[in-house]
Amino acid sequence: MNAEKKSFDRNSNIYTVVFTIVLIGVVAVILAGSYKFFKPYYDQNVRQEKMTDILYTIGLDKQKLEESARAEGLPMSYNLIKQYFDQYIVKQLALNAEGKPVENVNAFGVNLKEEIQKPVEKQVYPLFIAEYQGKKYYIIPLYGKGLWDDIWGYVALEEDWKTIHGIKFGHKGETPGLGANITEKWFEDRFKGEKIFDESGNFTGIEIVKQLKDKTDKNDHKVDAISGATLTSNGVGVMLNERLKHYVPYFEKMKKQ
Amino acid sequence: MAKKKAKEILFDPLFENNPITVQVLGICSALAVTVKLMPAIVMALSVMVVVGFSNLIISLMRNYIPMRIRIIVQLVVIASLVILVDLFLKAFSYDVSKQLSVFVGLIITNCIVMGRLEAFAMDNKPWPSFLDGIGNGAGYGLILIIVAFFRELFGSGTLFNHKVIPQWLYDHGYMDNGMMLMPAMALITVGVIIWVQRSLMPQLTEKE
Repeated sequence: MNAEKKSFDRNSNIYTVVFTIVLIGVVAVILAGSYKFFKPYYDQNVRQEKMTDILYTIGLDKQKLEESARAEGLPMSYNLIKQYFDQYIVKQLALNAEGKPVENVNAFGVNLKEEIQKPVEKQVYPLFIAEYQGKKYYIIPLYGKGLWDDIWGYVALEEDWKTIHGIKFGHKGETPGLGANITEKWFEDRFKGEKIFDESGNFTGIEIVKQLKDKTDKNDHKVDAISGATLTSNGVGVMLNERLKHYVPYFEKMKKQ
Repeated sequence: MAKKKAKEILFDPLFENNPITVQVLGICSALAVTVKLMPAIVMALSVMVVVGFSNLIISLMRNYIPMRIRIIVQLVVIASLVILVDLFLKAFSYDVSKQLSVFVGLIITNCIVMGRLEAFAMDNKPWPSFLDGIGNGAGYGLILIIVAFFRELFGSGTLFNHKVIPQWLYDHGYMDNGMMLMPAMALITVGVIIWVQRSLMPQLTEKE
């Protein structure tokens, strides 16, 4: 062929196929290699975020963690946060639907996103028990649906198993400036002190309502919604009650003891 | 086309031939990631890296790419670079990568990237192509950062998440403008930048 004399025929079918195969091979090797390289760092970031979120609910926010890190003269790092986490989270349980601890399940590693797809009686319910400044806290991870995508969070209950001590929300893709505000401190603070059981010990959960009149009443089981983000707020309420109600059997048992 | 000097290749896209304000490309992500300064800067850097290196790689391969599948080859190169950037951000800048969420992945669909590959890298040498990519990425990033500056300042009263609007202004009834957080205001901000730029550079205005 004439073209071969010049160099090669760039537009022949064979060349096109060979070129494609080589290109795909090279790209696949590069991407697979870099995924393997970056994956451990990413996983560590996810674990670190989970631990910081859990510590946040018992009152150890980022600022406090940084302060105590400075006091010890250590830089903020994954290892330091892990150390605090192990220090304050004294027990990790995975409960079944009857509120009994399941053996041999790592509560921290439970993937709630997958777990909530299962039927209620087959799920495990992770529970973290914390001790901080002489008080005990029960931290329950949350997972549910917001307006556009998944939302999640952690809620810490006080020793009476009904008062919310602290709460932390996260979201994947709620509207910035509106639904995304569920991760803001001022929204999370609205839950502080709210009760999830009424006086006679019946589970009430928390209702998220628009234009709540008495925002200071901590015994009405109601929290003010975010204006302009009704659907995300509703999602938060549904998530909170759906998750919390599965822990009721455990709380009942603990109260009797 | 007369050969441009390296300096022109690098700096033209910053002002006179800016991809956003003059070519009006890449608007979508410019609206989405400019609520806060930090994500905008990371996005700007990511796009610079992706355009720069995809230009370089395509330019190196330009004499070997079968013409019939050149668009697909370009896409493969861009997509791989975007995935690398995404992995890098997730590993070393986790918080920002969470804020950018899908928009890093969407660099693939940013018209600036493919536009530069087709228009420049396919028939220029590697070094000028690389400069052209970096220049265009920087031109895009510059507008992103300007828009993000105004949106974060007036929308949240902060810069890099630090309060800059003094408290006494709030005490006297000043309020952050929630509108600035909406994409519509980003478009208007871009419009204002185009307006200012055109009044400063009359050569950009179309002759009637």
